[in-house]
Amino acid sequence: MKFGVAVYPGSNCDYDTYRVLRDVLDQEVHLIDYRTADLSGFDCVVLPGGFSFGDYLRPGTLAAHTPLTGAVKEFADKGGLVIGICNGFQILTEAHLLPGALMPNVHGKFVCKHQYLRVESTDNPFTNQCEEGQILKIPIAHHDGNYFVDDETLTKMEENGQIILRYCDEYGNITEKANPNGSIKNIAGITNERKNVFGLMPHPERAAESILGTEDGLYILRSILESYS
Amino acid sequence: MLIKFFIKPRKGVLDPQGRAVTENLRSLGFSDVKDVKVGKYIEVYVQNTDREKAVEEAKQMAKKALVNEIIEDYEFEIVED
Repeated sequence: MKFGVAVYPGSNCDYDTYRVLRDVLDQEVHLIDYRTADLSGFDCVVLPGGFSFGDYLRPGTLAAHTPLTGAVKEFADKGGLVIGICNGFQILTEAHLLPGALMPNVHGKFVCKHQYLRVESTDNPFTNQCEEGQILKIPIAHHDGNYFVDDETLTKMEENGQIILRYCDEYGNITEKANPNGSIKNIAGITNERKNVFGLMPHPERAAESILGTEDGLYILRSILESYS
Repeated sequence: MLIKFFIKPRKGVLDPQGRAVTENLRSLGFSDVKDVKVGKYIEVYVQNTDREKAVEEAKQMAKKALVNEIIEDYEFEIVED
């Protein structure tokens, strides 16, 4: 499978993602400069974490208007797989590839820790290697992860199985206490209606090798490989 | 001409900065403070001198980049610079 990892000025998880795809999953992977407008030949594009364009204006806004993100829109329209991690998720909402918006964390603090997540839906290219209700432990690290969407859209997303991950405690309970940022309904990851675009605040690429304490991120990355094969 | 954009968190959307500043002002003795909204002020200078055109341009700028209307409200005014 041929992966592209987007590189915007201020991306900082680009090389981590590149390394995991290349060395842990043994895939072909290329870093793609944000001025590039051609994604032909790629099977999946990853928008990595970081602080693209310094989070100026709003996180993800300026990156959403680059040639590369324009090409990502066309790529997604044709059914290409797109995954946005953390800042990548913010870029996807700002580019209107995903519904809703990511606001500053409700407590105003940057949050950086391991987080339990409950898999809510597996009928998609990103969690097909998980069981519904499975609990994953994957790190989060963000200041603007407070997901918000209007009630009408949220209902449609729930009916369509677009809510993929929710923040939970270690037993899988979806509680206010287990919500690290104030996200509506503890939402941590969603897809678009067609389910070929996935955005999540947690970092699967930081949970892909046992030396880092958890390999649960591999469930997500391996799902992508499975959906392709 | 100069377009002045005033952007603030949308009504009903929680504003953590505003809440923190509210508490801070109250702790300084401003006990009559009911609420605070912390937003953004943006100045955009344009070469155009046609006010009507600038209004249209301002709306497009807000929609396409400067404002996320899911979570933010805005107003703008146009002045000679």
